[in-house]
Amino acid sequence: MNPGTIRQILLITDGCSNHGEDPSAMAALAREQGITVNVIGVVDQDIIDEKGLSEIESIAKAGGGVSQVVYSAQLSQTVQMVTRKGMTQTIQGVVNKELQQILGRSQTIEDLPPDKRGEIVEVVDELGETAGLQVLVLVDTSASMKHKLPTVKEALLDLSLSLNARMGENHFSVFIFPGKKSEVEKLLDWTPRLEALTNIFPKLTTGGMTPTGPALREALGSFKKKRSLRSLLSNDDKPFFEESV
Amino acid sequence: MMINHSLRNQYKVSPGTVIKGKWYNHEYRIIKELGNGANGIVYLADCHGQDAALKISDNSMSISSEINILKSFAKVRGCTLGPSLLAVDDWAVKDKVFPFYVMEYIKGENYLDFIKKGDSWTAVLILRLLKNLSLLHGMGYIFGDLKPENLIISAPAGDVRFVDVGGITPIGRSIKEFTEFFDRGYWGMGSRKADPAYDLFAAAMIFINSYYPKRFGRKGEGLSELTRAVNEHKELRRYEKVILKALMGKYDTADSMREELLRIISQNSAKGGIPNQGTKEPSLVQSRTARKKKTKGRHLESLILVLLISFIYILYIYSRLL
Ligand SMILES: Nc1ncnc2c1ncn2[C@@H]1O[C@H](COP(=O)(O)OP(=O)(O)O)[C@@H](O)[C@H]1O
Repeated sequence: MNPGTIRQILLITDGCSNHGEDPSAMAALAREQGITVNVIGVVDQDIIDEKGLSEIESIAKAGGGVSQVVYSAQLSQTVQMVTRKGMTQTIQGVVNKELQQILGRSQTIEDLPPDKRGEIVEVVDELGETAGLQVLVLVDTSASMKHKLPTVKEALLDLSLSLNARMGENHFSVFIFPGKKSEVEKLLDWTPRLEALTNIFPKLTTGGMTPTGPALREALGSFKKKRSLRSLLSNDDKPFFEESV
Repeated sequence: MMINHSLRNQYKVSPGTVIKGKWYNHEYRIIKELGNGANGIVYLADCHGQDAALKISDNSMSISSEINILKSFAKVRGCTLGPSLLAVDDWAVKDKVFPFYVMEYIKGENYLDFIKKGDSWTAVLILRLLKNLSLLHGMGYIFGDLKPENLIISAPAGDVRFVDVGGITPIGRSIKEFTEFFDRGYWGMGSRKADPAYDLFAAAMIFINSYYPKRFGRKGEGLSELTRAVNEHKELRRYEKVILKALMGKYDTADSMREELLRIISQNSAKGGIPNQGTKEPSLVQSRTARKKKTKGRHLESLILVLLISFIYILYIYSRLL
């Protein structure tokens, strides 16, 4: 099987956007283009803002991805888990569509008898291991995130360790918002080596504004033109990913 | 700690609840909760008058892949690495469907509780763990999320059994599930690619965890921190050579680690008994230099003595455990 590429935006934030477009709408736009949006909410012990929480959930819902709220100490494990879960969810969605085509009705994995699910799981696992993966990491660097940034950096290095153990190719890019001069700033262009951010990751935050929506919009523009996700399952399609650097 | 778990409440059930399979119509009466983790909840259940463990979740992918692993265990004759699989079904409740499977209930204690009895068991259990790993690796799998919570020491024989097969990964693939303290990637000591050395690293960390029940986090350079932890503990220092080699990924197979550990144990016992609480033992390093000083003539004599005593010791262990 010649797997295609899974495209994700991983948004790491600690609360509410307060500037520009509605982030959920931008996440929905991403989804339209076959890019899923996973969201991780990093909170301090005991401080869980209801409004922030529901924004985090709705961005991920709109973006067809996974969300998880965690304390900073658990960030590393969560980042890799959410990324994996997001991948599995994407692949599973594609497999479900494929099943529906074959079986001709709204059939999902869950509708099959338990004994028949095993093989499908194997296909999903196989794709998760071998598919190409593009992750655009979008980090909220507004003032309240300041003391969490070292943890975010650690978590991203840990993510590259997890993903680089896969057989498939990985490409990463990192954006922060707000940027020094604009709403969003590109920190790292598409590269297989996420470790490259070690020396350039910001230690300082850049202000109180949180333009999550605009940041998502910008991030979207950074993905190349894509083929459909359906081709994940077909053998004839060439991997579409072109080196962007 | 993960924070939001809304679905989980729907399959978190109280004792007495009857779970009826939607496909095969068998009934399972919940007795109590045995444990829960990232991928679901495990209950002790009554299944036609017999105790069984029932794992239920909202994630049919993870449940199905665990079932796949348990099924492949079943194909190997006499394989008792994990629980045997008894049934597979879905539970329909209200408008939701939760997949579950029923497996053998392994009666016993988890590793850390078990060794509270006295640490003369520690080395024996690590030997047994390594034997299990050797079998599992032979089947082409890595355990992945190896940690004391996933090892049940069955009563009364003291056999080591694996529970939570969710992290089991074919060799050559990437590790999906891990726990930081036991993960060589976390300590900066290697990749997360599934190879036998990945599990052996975790086995060495279980050894360390046996003497540091609270565990500890990484603060600086991984290897030097772990080396210090081993050196600072008298009982661990005795096994320093094996532990450090495993941490550094120097063993390709569980068997080679096991053989070396066995050698050290027999040297120790030749030097004055089974490692036990409170006994003052010379460290491994000392005993090695001491041996070097012996004259050639005495060499053979002491070798025979060591062999004889280790033989008796092994006999002793087996008679105790069988
Ligand atoms: N077959 C079994 N027999 C006895 N206890 C079990 C069995 N399976 C699981 N358990 C208990 O339940 C706990 C949680 O199960 P586990 O499969 O590890 O869940 P998760 O994958 O969600 O972490 C285990 O640590 C163990 O104590």
